[in-house]
Amino acid sequence: MVRLTDLDEDTGAFLRGWDAPEVPGSPCVTPPPAAERRVALISSAGLRLPEDQLFSADATDYRVIPAERADHVVMDHVSTSHDRTGFQQDVNTIFPLARLKEMAAAGEIGSVADFHYSFMGASDPRQMEPQARSLAAIMKAEGVNTVVLCPV
Amino acid sequence: MSGLAKYLEDEGLATTLVALVRKQAEQVVPPRALWVPYPLGRPFGVPGDAAFQTRVLRAAMALLDAPSGPLLVDHAEEAPEVAATPDDEDAGWVCPVSFPKAPAESEGALLDAVLAEIAELAPWYNVGVARRGRTTMGGSGLKPDAMARFLSAWAEGTTRQSVVEGVPPAELIRQCSEDLKAYYFEAATARPGPDAGDALTAWFWRETAAADLLRKLQPVCFDDPDPALHDVGDFMLVPSQYRN
Repeated sequence: MVRLTDLDEDTGAFLRGWDAPEVPGSPCVTPPPAAERRVALISSAGLRLPEDQLFSADATDYRVIPAERADHVVMDHVSTSHDRTGFQQDVNTIFPLARLKEMAAAGEIGSVADFHYSFMGASDPRQMEPQARSLAAIMKAEGVNTVVLCPV
Repeated sequence: MSGLAKYLEDEGLATTLVALVRKQAEQVVPPRALWVPYPLGRPFGVPGDAAFQTRVLRAAMALLDAPSGPLLVDHAEEAPEVAATPDDEDAGWVCPVSFPKAPAESEGALLDAVLAEIAELAPWYNVGVARRGRTTMGGSGLKPDAMARFLSAWAEGTTRQSVVEGVPPAELIRQCSEDLKAYYFEAATARPGPDAGDALTAWFWRETAAADLLRKLQPVCFDDPDPALHDVGDFMLVPSQYRN
């Protein structure tokens, strides 16, 4: 588990010593009622379709994952400390789109977006701001009002 | 992800996130975060356990119903224990293939050993692909044999070229490394038995010629004057605890 004392020595030392870049502000919108939520997933695992351009190690852009292709993503994340066997056995271990669809079918949320996304999480989030704001506009145009962010 | 959540929220989207490293969420203070006690790489806990994954997702989405934020909530449910090492017989983990660990002194012997492993694992890899209907191998665009030959040529210093048009050598080395590991791990997880987690990682790095090849390549990249290759050798090829 990710308790810093449980990681291998180098990874634990890195994370203990690493300060997350400060992102100013504390926005907090009022979410729509559950039945009206149209939900998209965003992963930081550097997921992409095999035919898409590779993520570079410091990429700040994103890749589009159409809902019907989520089972076919590959991972570009640069870390050698992350377990990949969970993802290799079951993509929902890191990108739970099947679970989200089940929640929609059960009426726990309104609907699932047609498009989902991935960034390369090893990058500085401040450098992602233009792409994040641009992506927000694209998601809103699809009717998305709720986002679940999935780390790796 | 915490910073990204702030930008999206500032644009009017409601966000909730799953956090694996609690300290980062504490520092950045996203609008809503659920800290989960699972290993890096497994934010929704358990592969193949839909009910478990749903409980995590549902808990993260429940934060959207809170009257105000920011929120950082701990998820209480622990993941089941899995084998930590290949020697952990109590966990029921069985190595899918036991490779002969012979010294690879002669030129080409290490590559031959890797190619033999690839051939031996092929049936299990195919079983895994058929069962899952997918593979996570494919970033490099090369077949496993070609990956091994490319990585070997770099490790032996007989090339400084890429073999895929438009993909620089450093990128292709990284992709081939990840694809080769995906091939081994998908084959290993296709065999009968419980989820193995860290035991699989230890098996790969301690017992395979493919790991020896990556260990041989790592200092070659690290010492290269090309910054991109240096970075690959520095932190993208071999976990520090498994280096020579």
